[in-house]
Amino acid sequence: MDGVHDLGGLDGFGPVEHTPSEPLFDEDWERRAFRLMIGWIAAQNPSGGRFRHSIERMAPEHYLSSPYYEHWLTGAATMAVEAGFTTQDELDRRAGGHFPLSAQDRGVLPDDLSPRTTPRYSVGDDVRVREWHPPGHTRAARYVQGRRGTVVRVDGAFDIDDIAAHGGGSVADPLYAVRFTSQELWGEAGADGEVVCVNLFERYLEDPQ
Amino acid sequence: MTTDHHHPTEIAPIEARVAAIESVLVEKGVLDLDVLDQIVQHFEDNLGPMNGAKVVARAWSDPDYKQRLLADGTAAIKELGFEGPEGEYMVVVENTPKVHNLVVCTLCSCYPWPTLGLPPKWYKAPAYRSRAVREPRKLLAEMGTDIPADVEIRVWDSSAEARYLVLPMRPTGTDDMSEEQLAGVVTRDSMIGVQRL
Repeated sequence: MDGVHDLGGLDGFGPVEHTPSEPLFDEDWERRAFRLMIGWIAAQNPSGGRFRHSIERMAPEHYLSSPYYEHWLTGAATMAVEAGFTTQDELDRRAGGHFPLSAQDRGVLPDDLSPRTTPRYSVGDDVRVREWHPPGHTRAARYVQGRRGTVVRVDGAFDIDDIAAHGGGSVADPLYAVRFTSQELWGEAGADGEVVCVNLFERYLEDPQ
Repeated sequence: MTTDHHHPTEIAPIEARVAAIESVLVEKGVLDLDVLDQIVQHFEDNLGPMNGAKVVARAWSDPDYKQRLLADGTAAIKELGFEGPEGEYMVVVENTPKVHNLVVCTLCSCYPWPTLGLPPKWYKAPAYRSRAVREPRKLLAEMGTDIPADVEIRVWDSSAEARYLVLPMRPTGTDDMSEEQLAGVVTRDSMIGVQRL
């Protein structure tokens, strides 16, 4: 989905608030939210895509205004409601106020669920990222969709997140690192001497016209 | 009561929300907090950039290891005992006089846990995620790292399975250092690529 999580290239967030080192958790609730999510993952074994998508579906204003581990909390609670362990009403009652959850999953599975393991492309091949803006989970960021790049690494086949995130199970797809020039991504705002390499599944790619 | 208790408008404090879902999942038998505390403790005690620093120091000290590390990062890192979640497929990218590598995850917070631990706040925040792919040279300069104009900046967006570790260039004046001393020179930021040593 073209969600608020898909941040590559957006303007307006200002300087990076960098710290040379920091504690893992500033506050106890952050540690508990981390513990909650790793416990949920250990018990329920959601795919990485399903975990991430539970966060991507947060209301945009909530996502941007909340600290990182509140994302994990919201995602875990959303998945727990969706799995039938609890309800919005129960969470509100126990919390003594509103417990915001993520929006409904709108993802759809592609028609072709057959696994692919033999890579179609090789290092040096030019490719174009399809432009399809799916309503569900994907690892094809908006800023590379429709852009042309060059394969710089062939990673072998991995389970594609887009399918596992929406109940389609483990379906293998070849994975690549694709290099894009800055000008290809940002047009006249691009810069010489800067390139971006993005890890992309074969189902995201097509031959350049 | 006429209050619509099904739709409270006031958002509950974060601590109360954590307690709410945690209590549900403990009662349902999903979470065993004692076991989970031990796992969290493992993250706090054993995972962190001190692990990645050992990998880098070994690569600087042993040319054969460096070759293995660049050819198959996962296997070479496992030789030193580092493996596990978010490190299942490791790719090591080497800085050279002509190329500087920088790692980001624009979509979430992908980061190599076995070698660097959990990511710092700024790595997960919108400013870094949005700008690293758009204006990396400017961003690095703002963060105190000037990359010469004739050095290509290669940004790696950890958008799928690969987790990246930057192999920084060995600083001058370290020829006489032991591997252990070298590990003390390596910083977390140099292995993300936001710093040059």
